[in-house]
Amino acid sequence: MFDSLISFAFLSQTLRISIPYALPAIGGTFSERGGVANIALEGILLIAAFATTVGTFWSNDPLIGICCGVGAGMVTAFLHGIISVTLKADQIVSGIAINLLAIGVTKFSCQLIFNSSSNSARIVGMEKWNFPSSIPLLENPFVAGTVVVLIIAHVVLFRTRFGLRLRSVGEHPAAAESLGINVSRVRHAGVLISGVLAGAGGAWLAIDQHSFTDGMSAGRGFIALAALIIGKWTPLGAAGACLLFGCAESISIQLQSSFHGLQFIQLIPYIITMFVLAGFIGRSIPPATIGIPYEKEKH
Amino acid sequence: MLALLLSFIIGGVFILLIGKDPFVVYAMFFSQTMGSWYGIGQVLFKATPLIFTGLSAAISFRAGLFNIGAEGQLIIGSFLVAMVGCTFSSLPSFLLIPCALLAGALGGALWGAIPGFLKAKFGAHEVINTIMMNFVAAGVISYLVTNVYSVPATVHTPQITASAELLRLDVFASAFHGSPVNVSLFIALAACGGVYYLLWRTRFGYELRAIGLNPIAAEYGGISIARRTVLTLALAGALAGLVGGNFVLGYKHYYELGFSEGIGFIGIAVALLARNHPIGIVLASIFFGILEYGSLTINTMVPKELSNILQAIVILFMITLTKFLSRWTTHLQECIVQDSNV
Repeated sequence: MFDSLISFAFLSQTLRISIPYALPAIGGTFSERGGVANIALEGILLIAAFATTVGTFWSNDPLIGICCGVGAGMVTAFLHGIISVTLKADQIVSGIAINLLAIGVTKFSCQLIFNSSSNSARIVGMEKWNFPSSIPLLENPFVAGTVVVLIIAHVVLFRTRFGLRLRSVGEHPAAAESLGINVSRVRHAGVLISGVLAGAGGAWLAIDQHSFTDGMSAGRGFIALAALIIGKWTPLGAAGACLLFGCAESISIQLQSSFHGLQFIQLIPYIITMFVLAGFIGRSIPPATIGIPYEKEKH
Repeated sequence: MLALLLSFIIGGVFILLIGKDPFVVYAMFFSQTMGSWYGIGQVLFKATPLIFTGLSAAISFRAGLFNIGAEGQLIIGSFLVAMVGCTFSSLPSFLLIPCALLAGALGGALWGAIPGFLKAKFGAHEVINTIMMNFVAAGVISYLVTNVYSVPATVHTPQITASAELLRLDVFASAFHGSPVNVSLFIALAACGGVYYLLWRTRFGYELRAIGLNPIAAEYGGISIARRTVLTLALAGALAGLVGGNFVLGYKHYYELGFSEGIGFIGIAVALLARNHPIGIVLASIFFGILEYGSLTINTMVPKELSNILQAIVILFMITLTKFLSRWTTHLQECIVQDSNV
């Protein structure tokens, strides 16, 4: 039984499951490091998955579909940015509303386009890359893409001027502004990056399943949120946590037939997150001004 | 009000987009919801659980806490309501119904108290923890309903005994005939009264509001924030847990997976629209009830998911417009002050 766990199929399944966690989690790191709580990740995933499906359905080209998904993710994130950065409204409530909006808009449009509010038509998937077979896992472009994104994200956040600025507006916006940084603009950038990456995650969901089903994000945005907390608001940590969650879920799928109650494994991310936040397993400290809109001082 | 109006206008644009006349659709929408006692009964049935979750959100907002966990709390609570309702079948109604509701409230309270405890003891943020608890609740209950307390080939628990059922209002008022509005509406209204009394007529309520307004001052004033945090979230959870009365005892008579459909989240919208006041919560719940039932009645013309879109837009307008208007008015005041100084 356990042989099945140590196999190529298991590894590729783990990666497949981890991608839609990891992309929004890495993206969310940028938004939250800049001081904007982003529980809208779930809604962004859902809208992007739908946009990808529609784009692919109409063009018959998954690449165009993915572009649609990423674009839709960006637009949705921009909405969150406008509301919470420009208009300085409550970031959590904005996130909840966007999640509701995502459910409504996708079902509504699905009904109009595919004549069913719960399922879309089947769309074409992506061809595998003809990579040298020595690295077979990379033949899935999304796996390779996620690895690249992860490395870039880490470098950008910790080795570039933009990254430093982003972190500074999340920790101490007033100080950042006194150095001439446009706090709103940098925060907007962080939110948009989260939209692009969560959008890519949503695109993968649709491409992987070859269709859209209502509510197909199925809490992945929240798992991503959990992962970035466990990963202490760093891209590498978040991706590591996602891999762990993907692995746990993979195990539960492999062993489903032989054990009862293995679905409890899927609760592990949530429970670990609570433990981590409480400081039982290494303390995870959020960016200082997360959730707090930045009001300029009166001159 | 402006927010409501604007969101209906945007809703109208959506209806236009799909090539239907918004006036015809809205006419049907309002005549079906408010034009007959049956429609009103349906709206009140939809509003009842929102009153509970609205109160749940409001009471935590008042204490400066954010309870996004109503969804999980009501899942746990409603399941326990159904469990008690079908297990203790020998009890008479006047004992069984309170016991079932109490079990629901306790279950919800426990689910709320855990994030409260983690916040009070370890400073862990309640927003994340209540979200996590939602998923844990959904997972645990879906396991129990499919594997332990299942009726084969369904996703619901066994039927509760007849003595645990709450009466429908059409028993008293035949005008409501056929609509599922039931006695739990009155329980919800009583809960509103209770929350009002608690917040404005008791010491605990005063302390709770003091913490919400200024936690540092409250702590200097000798209020133990930690204990109030746990209690407030437990109370919020208990209110959410009572939702089961409406659906389980009053309507379906069993617990069904996925029955809640985001009631817990819409409760937050209700509380925002009502500015966390119990009377406002009743009105806001009725408004959201109209949206929910109304969108079902126009489903033949417009997909019923219009209600989700409208709900979301109402929330977005509410949180942005209030900010916008308040800034605008302070700006105006500053201008006036400057003018008078000159």
